[in-house]
Amino acid sequence: MAPHLGELTATPPAVRVRNLHRSFSKNGGVLNGLDLDIAPGEFVALIGRSGTGKSTLLRALAGLDREVTGYGQITVPDAVSVVFQDSRLLPWKRVLDNIILGLPGRDATRRGTQALAEVGLAGRERAWPYQLSGGEQQRASLARSLVREPQLLLADEPFGALDALTRIRMHALLRKLCEAHKPAVLLVTHDVDEAVTLADRVILLDDGVVRADVRVDLTQRSPAELRAFLLDQLGVETAVHP
Amino acid sequence: MTAVVHAGPETDLASDADVRVVRRRLGPGRRLRFTFWVGPALLLAIWSLGSATGVISPAVLTAPWDVVKALQDQWVNHDLLGNILSSLTRAAIGLGFGVVAGTVLAVVSGLSRVGEALIDGPIQIKRSLPTLALIPLFIAWFGIGEEMKITTIALISMLPIYINTHNGLRSIDGRYAELAETLELGRGEFLRQVVLPGALPGFLLGLRFAVTWSLLGLVVVEQYNATSGIGHMMTLAGEYGETDVLVVGLVLYGLFGFLADSAVRLTERKVLGWRRTLEN
Repeated sequence: MAPHLGELTATPPAVRVRNLHRSFSKNGGVLNGLDLDIAPGEFVALIGRSGTGKSTLLRALAGLDREVTGYGQITVPDAVSVVFQDSRLLPWKRVLDNIILGLPGRDATRRGTQALAEVGLAGRERAWPYQLSGGEQQRASLARSLVREPQLLLADEPFGALDALTRIRMHALLRKLCEAHKPAVLLVTHDVDEAVTLADRVILLDDGVVRADVRVDLTQRSPAELRAFLLDQLGVETAVHP
Repeated sequence: MTAVVHAGPETDLASDADVRVVRRRLGPGRRLRFTFWVGPALLLAIWSLGSATGVISPAVLTAPWDVVKALQDQWVNHDLLGNILSSLTRAAIGLGFGVVAGTVLAVVSGLSRVGEALIDGPIQIKRSLPTLALIPLFIAWFGIGEEMKITTIALISMLPIYINTHNGLRSIDGRYAELAETLELGRGEFLRQVVLPGALPGFLLGLRFAVTWSLLGLVVVEQYNATSGIGHMMTLAGEYGETDVLVVGLVLYGLFGFLADSAVRLTERKVLGWRRTLEN
């Protein structure tokens, strides 16, 4: 297993999780003693079968897991932002007002407009959310996260509801934005290709612990090899033979 | 391999392109101007026709033109304008108190379990008490002056505001509260940006009820020791058997109710433009 970047460098990790337990019932835990470090600016994709605790981990990091019992140690930066699977724009606020919702400061409007331009929605400031397409709504929700300059961006299957073409465009946009703003990213996805395309590192969750932790280093392994390895770990039979 | 590009038939696009306008097949269809007057106008037409042909005898219902005459008489000889104004003032003040109280109670009860425990029960009890039965009690408490009248109207109009605002507030998608938490909104901002706009459709529906109920309340309270108001005018007319004046009162009530409701609905359409419903 590849060593964590946080242990190689002197900088403390942006996210540090130790021995995290979470369960919804007494019988079995969703997370069973999970350890995880994410370095500042590192893009980590979290994959795993349904019910392996991906979303539970993300919600724990976001501080949204109030109805769950558990214990463990979590350290996250001050500025955390969440991108949900649904864009979650308030339908009664115009797009720009959604972006700058709760944003303090006089220049919120200017920053919001700038963030909208950055995701390619310049000129749509005054539109109602229902007037945007699904992809545009998700862009707006990205802008809402970015305008807060997060040190940690948590994304819970943000492209899951989008069509294939839109998803490819969103991948490019997300990479561009992350290179520009350099937040640490934890992207939950069920799509192995998406994970390999976007992330610096892919973590595979199984039974509430990290089953595999792979650095996406294309000099060592081709995307196809990586994909086959991950699918194999997920228990999916692949027709690809190296 | 050859690529085949299907060219459309050669037509003048500018003239043909926009001919076919696709409308939603189900639902009420395109909004037409002044349509909300059609129903009342038809009612008036039937009434006139019935009176003119004698199908509706004057003993049953005064003919429209006789109502107009009675209205003229009331206007000139009995200070109808004063009656209208004092009635509308009562209704407006009562409605104002009722709307504010209903909204505040709905928000407190909607956002806190303690508030709900304290407020919701009594309101539901109040709902099942007939206002008519409460008036003697209010007279004992507030006397027979304006306080009693305004309190009664306020209580009547508070209920629909409370119930519909509370319902609208509780129907707000819980995911928006989750979003507000991740955006670290404070309580005040959560209230202003999420709760109140989210509950607005419910509130406006409540307002439509409240407006008409406040007018209904007038009829009742103005029977007690009133020296002015449309209800007062109707009570007198009832005593003297002046059915034409009674109908004047009824027509005025109907007209005010209709206008007030139209005003609320117009507001509704203006401020709820963010919704994509069958309404717009």
